[in-house]
Amino acid sequence: MRIMKFVLQKEFRQIFRDKTLLKMIFIMPIVQLLVLPMAANFTVKNINLSIVDHDHSSYSQKFISKIFSSGYFKLAGDNPSFLESYVLIENDKADIILEIPEGFERNLTRENGQKLFIAVNAINGVKALVGSGYLNSIIMDYNNDIRSQLLQPTTFNLMPTIEVVSSNWFNPNLTYYIFMVPGILVMLITLVGGNMTALNIVKEKEIGTIEQINVTPLKKYQFLLGKLIPFWIIGMIIFSIGLMIARFAYGIIPIGNIGLMYAFLAVYLFTILGFGLLISTYAETQQQAQSLAFFFLMIFNLMGGLFTPIDSMPEWAQWITRLIPISYFINVMRMVVLKGSAFSDIQYHLLIVFVMGIILNGWAVINYKKTS
Amino acid sequence: MPDITLDHISKTYNKNTLLALDDISFEVNKGELFGLIGPDGAGKTSLFRILTTLLLPDKGFATVNGFDVVKNYKSIRGIIGYMPGKFSLYQDLTVEENLKFFATVFKTTVEKNYDLIRDIYLQIEPFKKRRAGQLSGGMKQKLALCCALIHKPEVLFLDEPTTGVDAVSRREFWEMLKSLQKENITILVSTAYMDEATLCDRIGLIQSGKMLSVDTPENVLKAYPENLFAIKSKNVHKLLTDLRNFENTLQCYASGEYLHLSFKTENGNSQNEVVVFLKEKGHDEIEMKMCKPSIEDCFIRLLAS
Repeated sequence: MRIMKFVLQKEFRQIFRDKTLLKMIFIMPIVQLLVLPMAANFTVKNINLSIVDHDHSSYSQKFISKIFSSGYFKLAGDNPSFLESYVLIENDKADIILEIPEGFERNLTRENGQKLFIAVNAINGVKALVGSGYLNSIIMDYNNDIRSQLLQPTTFNLMPTIEVVSSNWFNPNLTYYIFMVPGILVMLITLVGGNMTALNIVKEKEIGTIEQINVTPLKKYQFLLGKLIPFWIIGMIIFSIGLMIARFAYGIIPIGNIGLMYAFLAVYLFTILGFGLLISTYAETQQQAQSLAFFFLMIFNLMGGLFTPIDSMPEWAQWITRLIPISYFINVMRMVVLKGSAFSDIQYHLLIVFVMGIILNGWAVINYKKTS
Repeated sequence: MPDITLDHISKTYNKNTLLALDDISFEVNKGELFGLIGPDGAGKTSLFRILTTLLLPDKGFATVNGFDVVKNYKSIRGIIGYMPGKFSLYQDLTVEENLKFFATVFKTTVEKNYDLIRDIYLQIEPFKKRRAGQLSGGMKQKLALCCALIHKPEVLFLDEPTTGVDAVSRREFWEMLKSLQKENITILVSTAYMDEATLCDRIGLIQSGKMLSVDTPENVLKAYPENLFAIKSKNVHKLLTDLRNFENTLQCYASGEYLHLSFKTENGNSQNEVVVFLKEKGHDEIEMKMCKPSIEDCFIRLLAS
């Protein structure tokens, strides 16, 4: 016990003396939590729309003003021909071209129908998809307006129509940061936990202090615990800071039990520290460790369901995400924070992450040999 | 009773392609100051790593203080002090903290064995609040020695402790080792400096993983088989090439301002023959005298045979 106390004391001393490391551990997550959720926003705004109006009627004018009053679109150019608008797309100045044909008003009123032409620049897939979606719904809306004007209002609708009205549960306004903040917090814990542990142990290898430690009677587990416990505690602290930021900067108050979140975090940190430990056993220099950790953490972050929903990934990719511990924690965080899920809802997540932890740590300990 | 024994130890790296140690056997007695002398890459560090239980030998077996380095490695770790060639204490901890930390992991305290390190520690005590990384080279060595001694080890392993240390600090360091010997600590020290060999009780000359000779420095010197001559002339560079072409030359190499020369077969006339040969080659101001071989000469001689 006395030895353990000294080993921990030494580790904490070293961490708190490394000013750069301290900044990385505490200031970076705070800044990222304040910046990322605001910036990493999928709500598409400022879609550049180029209009080619061949009709110049009061209907087309009304239609155009309806589009721009939605607030999603910006006029990128009002051109007399499609070809001129197309140049705008080529120069990346326009995202969508809307062509209103000649006789738009006349055909709508007399022939009960008219076709519009929309050309979308799909280089930025998200913007194209969302933008044309918005535009379509505005056209539908406009269509309904005209119908109600032209058709004689009757007591009963002649044609039955299905109107779909959806209500969003757990995040009624689909506020982006409400589900991003818990996810980003998990990402930060993973970065700090996985990366820092790996770097810290490899540093001892690199500067040779591990040689000196290895010839002492210090036990393998004592040395490793001395490395893991400080980062376990630091992970807890960062998480707490993150929850505070979520509350005071974003007004996110977890609906579920906070104790449950900490319980899951405790297990998750065990797993992710094991991941860092495993990397450290394969790397000889801090540079190698950094590259290895970067490779895996990149996959973790992009495939863990933080930015893109796992359900929309192809089957094989979904299988990969099942091997990624971060995906379980992001899921659990969103469930507990937004939905108020209880222990029974997350027990399998907990079990899987725990088993992963056992495997990663076990593998690392076997691989970390005192005698080569 | 020997304190360290090596019995036909071999070690290869890179899947048996690189031979680091080739069938090495020798013994070091209790309380002896044993020097392992050899150039860089001779296998000194590999040997140290095997004896300090950091590396497993491929063949052979070795004991330290009666314990087998493979089977009883745990017992060995408690009774040895190891100072690796590279400074490997915590640079971001202070002098005092390093010492305390190593005392603790060896389950002892600084106070308990303070007598042993006092003479060395007093020299670095003024800097005890300074971080180890900010110490000068000589100070670092002293701190590393203190940390290796803090648990009063039975055997002390010092891997090139004086490499990169100035001449004054080197002499001080060897004086410290001499005084540690009085505490009956067995010391195995390696060095690439041939002049330090004479300070050891016994030395082992090692080259390319092979032990060339193990004996006291005096006996190693005595064992030099031929007479050794120091020779110089106006054009030393030409002299070297000419002498190497001389048919009776066994070895000729530069040593300081002179060339050292030994003959294949020597009779009373050999010296004159060389001078005549050199005069024919156009050398003047030839100066030739007999000289005593140094450890370096012995080493070079052993490499040739």
